[in-house]
Amino acid sequence: MSADPIIAADEATAPKIAVEMTGVNKWYGDFHVLRDVNLTVERGERLVICGPSGSGKSTLIRCINRLEEHQKGRIVVDGIELTDDLKRIDEVRREVGMCFQHFNLFPHLTILENCTLAPMWVRKMPKKEAEDLAMHFLEKVKIPHQAHKYPGQLSGGQQQRVAIARALCMRPRIMLFDEPTSALDPEMVKEVLDTMVSLAQDGMTMLCVTHEMGFARQVANRVIFMDAGQIVEMNEPNAFFSNPQHERTKLFLSQILH
Amino acid sequence: MTDISAPRPSITPATPFVSTAFHEPQPAPVATRGPILWARQHLFGSVPQVLLTLFGIWLLYVTVPPLIKFFLIDAVWTGTNRDACLAEKLGRPVGACWPFIWAKLDQLIYGFYPASERWRVNVVYWLGAILLLPLLIQSLPYKRLNAILFFGVYPVVAFVLLTGGNLDLQRFVLGWLGVDFSTIGGAQGLRIGFWIDYVLSTVLLTAIAYGISRFLAGPEGGRSAAQTTLSVLGVLAVVLLAVDIDTGLPQVETRLWGGLLVTLVIAVTGITVSLPFGILLALGRRSRLPLVKWLCIIFIEFWRGVPLITVLFFATYMLPLFLPGRFTIDGLLRALVGVALFASAYMAEVVRGGLQAIPKGQYEGAMAVGLRSGLMMRLVVLPQALKLVIPGIVNNFIGLFKDTTLVLIVSIFDLLGSMRAAFTDPNWASPTTLFTGFGFAGIIYFVFCFGMSRYSMALEKRLDRAHRH
Ligand SMILES: Nc1ncnc2c1ncn2[C@@H]1O[C@H](COP(=O)(O)OP(=O)(O)OP(=O)(O)O)[C@@H](O)[C@H]1O
Ligand SMILES: [Mg+2]
Repeated sequence: MSADPIIAADEATAPKIAVEMTGVNKWYGDFHVLRDVNLTVERGERLVICGPSGSGKSTLIRCINRLEEHQKGRIVVDGIELTDDLKRIDEVRREVGMCFQHFNLFPHLTILENCTLAPMWVRKMPKKEAEDLAMHFLEKVKIPHQAHKYPGQLSGGQQQRVAIARALCMRPRIMLFDEPTSALDPEMVKEVLDTMVSLAQDGMTMLCVTHEMGFARQVANRVIFMDAGQIVEMNEPNAFFSNPQHERTKLFLSQILH
Repeated sequence: MTDISAPRPSITPATPFVSTAFHEPQPAPVATRGPILWARQHLFGSVPQVLLTLFGIWLLYVTVPPLIKFFLIDAVWTGTNRDACLAEKLGRPVGACWPFIWAKLDQLIYGFYPASERWRVNVVYWLGAILLLPLLIQSLPYKRLNAILFFGVYPVVAFVLLTGGNLDLQRFVLGWLGVDFSTIGGAQGLRIGFWIDYVLSTVLLTAIAYGISRFLAGPEGGRSAAQTTLSVLGVLAVVLLAVDIDTGLPQVETRLWGGLLVTLVIAVTGITVSLPFGILLALGRRSRLPLVKWLCIIFIEFWRGVPLITVLFFATYMLPLFLPGRFTIDGLLRALVGVALFASAYMAEVVRGGLQAIPKGQYEGAMAVGLRSGLMMRLVVLPQALKLVIPGIVNNFIGLFKDTTLVLIVSIFDLLGSMRAAFTDPNWASPTTLFTGFGFAGIIYFVFCFGMSRYSMALEKRLDRAHRH
């Protein structure tokens, strides 16, 4: 494992299974959005989740840090089962970082303050230490010189990299990405993907909802295809792209790969 | 489908273009517009504009010169009684009768506050200004200390100075539960019985808080609940000691207060209470707990549904009928509570508007980094929501400031009330006294309200610069 402090210090003692979902079901009202999902993610694994719009990809990964709650089945994250217990939800959220399609940075705080907010208030880190940590990660995502600007003054790609740095400042063991590049102009996609690749090289456990197939081929251990709230197919990237099995997967891939 | 490969007759074939020069950025052209050009563009650009401009000039012509004539040119500046302001005695048209204001100034500022004690009011005025100004100026340091002094210490000091303090506190919690120590007297205006009661009650309450929280949230929760209770009661003890001890200042009943003093006391209390209360109510109204939500809705809708006059009237004349015999509440305090609750309900709706404008993504971003709901509100949602509704908040403040005049209905004499009382003085009865008085009161109200308005605009501008999108 790399010596980079990006991975929390107690890595060795952490559970080997990062995320385990068994028989997870979720409904929005009457709409059955996740149907009997079973998924095990090991520590250090990189998963790419793809599928047509509305297939439940976002819902699936948002269940992992309880931005959405599931109604049936078990979700165990880092050895902690997600229930209504607020304490456990807090614990899980401290271990799981997330990046959103629209970044969701806090517009009233500077880049540096965005990054130090949670470490200072949730982890009770002294200000100086939190700032050093934030600068470390801002350097890692290559925008240390913007630290005192506000999010609104940055380009989309820069904002997304700040969002990644902000999540990393909590020293998460697992990172979730929900279409991190789909709101970006094409020329900014690469800078964000590069950041994610370097994160993957550091051994971060990652679950990414994305349609960037180049990224999937380069870093993913497994690619998951979802449709209508179910995992339809799951395979390692080369086999997934060159030899899809399910009809739906074939159709989907033919549409996005041309 | 149209055949796009068909030749399009009217267009010449495209000449390929490749840029060969790179244009360095140039400075923007210097604005060459003179005042005449500006006037032509902004005042006389079109027929409606010309008409509006002429109308504006006419409006200024009919309002400004007469005002200047009345308040400055024709005004009388010195004198000792009405004779100075009578046109027939002076043999010229008479405008504002300023000596009337000079003569009544003390009454307008202090009401019937005893002359020998007015220095106390002055200290309160000055202390308030000295503490408030640095709080408003962003660049000055020690904001936290300053805020604690202004919002925590100043009200207590002002209370003691203005009333004289030395409340005769008799019972705390145990006393009301029937274990009465109030007969044990003491010295220095303090009653030992009360403080015995206080200490015992503190122990009791802390133990109860510890017990309940330990039962609900485990030993850790119990300890922190006990700590919180103890520190709250500790601070309260200091406050109570301050208002209970005999400072040697003579008591001044609030009946005697009046003028600007009352206006400011009501307005400042209303303003400083309504914002935090309004925020709590707005949060409560959006709470997921149905009981909290419904209580907040009922509270807000009740206070918004009744006119302030009714509230004041009820608080002053009806409330005493419902309260047990020897239990009386000071008249000004009743009005204060009424105004504060009333303003809070309005504030709550303004704040709620701001809360609703915060996108869901902000909540999710905050939750995803592990902020609990309290911190999320405090650090992420409220700062943004409040910034959005600054105009509405200040609007409420200004409305409240002017609404304080309604306390006249319950025989509390604020600035305007004192002014009207002054009109009744036959010594100063002259045709222009009334106009002078109302004009002066108007100026005072305007200065305060305009000040708030300007400050809020500057604040908005600064915040906008900071986090523009
Ligand atoms: N809060 C909600 N209430 C009701 N229905 C919802 C809600 N959120 C999502 N849905 C529905 O659930 C389904 C799955 O949504 P989800 O956002 O997980 O899809 P997705 O695979 O991420 O799609 P996309 O690629 O468009 O982001 C969609 O049909 C959506 O309309
Ligand atoms: Mg989605």
